[in-house]
Amino acid sequence: MRTQTYPTETITGEPVQPIELDHSAQNFIDQVEDLSHSHLSRCWHCLTCSGGCPFSEDMDYMPNAIIRMIQFGLKEKALSCSTIWLCVGCNTCSMECPNGVDVAAIMDGLRQMAIQEKIPAAEPGILSFHNAVIDSIARYGRTHKLEIMMRYKLASKDLFSDIDLGFRMMSRRKLDLMPSKVRDRESIRNIFKQNQTDR
Amino acid sequence: MTLVSQTNLSYFPGCSLATTAKENNASLHTFVDHFGVTLTEVDDWNCCGSSSTHSVNSELAFSLAARNLFQAPPDKPMLIACPGCFLRLKHAQKELAGSKERQETCEQQFNRPYNPDLKLVHFFELLADMSKEGIFKELGGRLNGLKIAPYYGCMLARPPHMNKEKNHHGLIEKTMAALGAESVYWPFISRCCGTFLSVSRPKIAEKQVNRIMQGAIATGAECIVTACAMCHLNLEIRCLPENRIPIFHFSELLSLALEGKFSRSWLKRHLIDPAPLLEEKQLINALVPAGK
Ligand code: SF4
Ligand code: SF4
Repeated sequence: MRTQTYPTETITGEPVQPIELDHSAQNFIDQVEDLSHSHLSRCWHCLTCSGGCPFSEDMDYMPNAIIRMIQFGLKEKALSCSTIWLCVGCNTCSMECPNGVDVAAIMDGLRQMAIQEKIPAAEPGILSFHNAVIDSIARYGRTHKLEIMMRYKLASKDLFSDIDLGFRMMSRRKLDLMPSKVRDRESIRNIFKQNQTDR
Repeated sequence: MTLVSQTNLSYFPGCSLATTAKENNASLHTFVDHFGVTLTEVDDWNCCGSSSTHSVNSELAFSLAARNLFQAPPDKPMLIACPGCFLRLKHAQKELAGSKERQETCEQQFNRPYNPDLKLVHFFELLADMSKEGIFKELGGRLNGLKIAPYYGCMLARPPHMNKEKNHHGLIEKTMAALGAESVYWPFISRCCGTFLSVSRPKIAEKQVNRIMQGAIATGAECIVTACAMCHLNLEIRCLPENRIPIFHFSELLSLALEGKFSRSWLKRHLIDPAPLLEEKQLINALVPAGK
């Protein structure tokens, strides 16, 4: 009789690890489905999303692998990967999925869950950029690009890259010194008060 | 009733068009104004939330977008110039439509009645309508000799709950053909520009942007035409010197086709100077009087 042999390494050379499934898996699946209004059982791992994602080569796991992790309840792994941060929400995957899985919304949901559960962001620079943008909206009701860039650079302690670019943008009047502002800033403050997060 | 015959639209510019992409804003106004369409800026509009807010806080993203829906005058369709803002506002509108509770909370919060009939209009929809009315007939051949790469980036990608709506893919090509310009067929037409990675992971954005630029150059395109201000900025700032070809806002080329309406000051706001190309093609001197 022929004995079945299984590979001991993945295609990337890591040892194959058994996946332990337990009952809490369903909680995680429900949470993600709830946040993303998407049914994960529809995904048949055709890899269309991963093939179309312009940034999958820079991610530690491809988008469909993230869906697989959720299906198996591998919460920590899904929330600590770089994929959810490198995803820019371009909707390419969501548009191309033959089964109508809203992958981009799932990435939004996972990112927000990671923040809530205080799981360190695999791409801290990206989170600090998002926060710089949101702070700007909180202050002015609109985004002030120059200030966002300066604050982001201070936060990431990277003051010197892109200086030339900054000058080129200034000389072409792409970066306004003064912000464009909402008059009724009280209403913006209220919006932020009602949606407090521990960003 | 078509949109153009309505001639009076409210207008949501969004942060990019109000600041970094003023040339996009000005050329869009110039173009629609020429055909008698008046745009009135929504009073005291705020940022739609941009990609950062919905990335980390969906509720905050909803409220920011929703405020604009309540600021919009109830009796006019609202034109949204930026594809990113359009998607955020449309998303908020869908959420409102599906929840009485949200409608009531927002009515209280913003102190204005919820308007279920507010029509949000993408710039493409307005242009498609104007095209049906035959506005391009008199402009035929104005951009003769220009070879462009139409670039949509991710602006037409829609999540599943919106994928049954009109999308106007091919509108840049059809419009350019009507004006006499030739569009190339190329693989990067809908490839995302990298959005915020351009700031927070510049190397990744640079790789994408230069693939896109090289892709356009390989087909013989002389310039790229985009309808998204964010794409415009990213292509310009992350493009390596060897891959530089001019990037036009769609609205700039539309205005160029209107004799005497284009302003040379728009070109001065580009990081990749398009003036030499327009001169070589004898487009600028023929269509734009000196000093304009
Ligand atoms: S495209 Fe859809 S079905 Fe295919 S792997 Fe991705 S999520 Fe699953
Ligand atoms: S939305 Fe995110 S995962 Fe999907 S294609 Fe775009 S970057 Fe990739």
